[in-house]
Amino acid sequence: MKKTDVVIVGAGPTGLFCAHQLGIIGLKCEIVDNLDKIGGQCIELYPDKPIYDIPAVPECTGEELTNNLIEQIKPFKFNFHLNERVQELTNQNDNWIVTTTSGKKFQTPNVVIAGGVGSFEPRKFPTKSAEKFHGTSVLYSIKDKTIFKDKSVAIFGGGDSALDWAIELSSTSKVSLIHRRDEFRGAPASVQKIKELSEKNIISLFTKYSIKDVKGNGSLEEVEIKSEEGESKILKADYVLGFFGLIMQLGPIAEWGLNLDKKAIPVNTENFETNKKGIFAIGDICTYPGKLKLILSGFHEGALAARGCFKYARPNEKYRFEFTTASNTIKDRLGVK
Amino acid sequence: MAKIKYIEHNGKEHTVEVQNGLTVMEGAVQNDIPGIDADCGGSMSCATCHVYVKEDWYNKLPKKEMGEDDMLDQAYEPNSKSRLSCQIMVSDDLDGLSVYMPEKQV
Repeated sequence: MKKTDVVIVGAGPTGLFCAHQLGIIGLKCEIVDNLDKIGGQCIELYPDKPIYDIPAVPECTGEELTNNLIEQIKPFKFNFHLNERVQELTNQNDNWIVTTTSGKKFQTPNVVIAGGVGSFEPRKFPTKSAEKFHGTSVLYSIKDKTIFKDKSVAIFGGGDSALDWAIELSSTSKVSLIHRRDEFRGAPASVQKIKELSEKNIISLFTKYSIKDVKGNGSLEEVEIKSEEGESKILKADYVLGFFGLIMQLGPIAEWGLNLDKKAIPVNTENFETNKKGIFAIGDICTYPGKLKLILSGFHEGALAARGCFKYARPNEKYRFEFTTASNTIKDRLGVK
Repeated sequence: MAKIKYIEHNGKEHTVEVQNGLTVMEGAVQNDIPGIDADCGGSMSCATCHVYVKEDWYNKLPKKEMGEDDMLDQAYEPNSKSRLSCQIMVSDDLDGLSVYMPEKQV
């Protein structure tokens, strides 16, 4: 178990800037995020979209903002734990024990939840019958492609993941690609390739169809697809893969005993602490009278939450306010002269 | 101003007046109508304000812009009468519009 001053849940802009503020005041933190990369919604939903309301930055993209924030906290050498979700929070004396999905454990007096609208999870099939095959033959990501060799694989979706895997697996598996409309949103070259493979009967292409049912005794045997007009077809399938993008789910956060208002966590506006001592919430996930869901508000909330953390991390010290322009201590922490 | 009817999947109806210039999504959120999540806040980056619009109204609405169908691919049970309510701008012309919510958004 690793001891630290603060665990930040969420590596979006708010979590990153809160980490910066923690570094400035001399605290250590560990940052956990369920995505495989740093940046949260900025990087997952709109990396290329320009943002116009970051103070003193007339225009930047989600990706540029993320890169700058990463650069800004570099001097502090904080650890990121990506592809991991915080699963459990338990109280132990004056500390929280934070457990992630991979089993990592942290002991900390402070947890800052900067989780946006929740963690990104793959969107699943709406079909109830698919649930019992989840993780075995109904999959939303591929870890080991060799399991599909010589098998029938039904792939659903119209984006790059669906197209790329359909192309890749078609050399060793019998692939069907099913999409709800004629247009694909994947790269034009991949769409072209899919059409070629379909013409050569290497891939069976079904457009304007969606999933209706999956069937199988023990193991998956077939998948039924339907058109909007109600016509249905049955395809043989050992595996069904769904690539419908990511959705945000509050997930385990809802089970930590925090007050919730719809999907947001009420906080006080002095230090952004929740109803639990030592648990703070900042950014889109927190709510209070007048809350604005702006990145700049998240920065402010993170700065104040960081000071709130100081009180529990250094109970015997008095927090001293200092400016980065004037403080030699801060300059030392930043590694500048 | 337009009177818009939001119909939940269970059939429960909510009729509210929505100001011109707001989106159909905002009309729901501001009036606490359940069934529209709008996680991304209206930037066409999620698909959690998905609604169905019946044929007569569907054809009267301004056409979908680039990207809306791509997002709808990721919605819960989309069909050919699906729209993202954050992309439907309210005007007097929309008076009497009904939108049907899917069983769930995620």
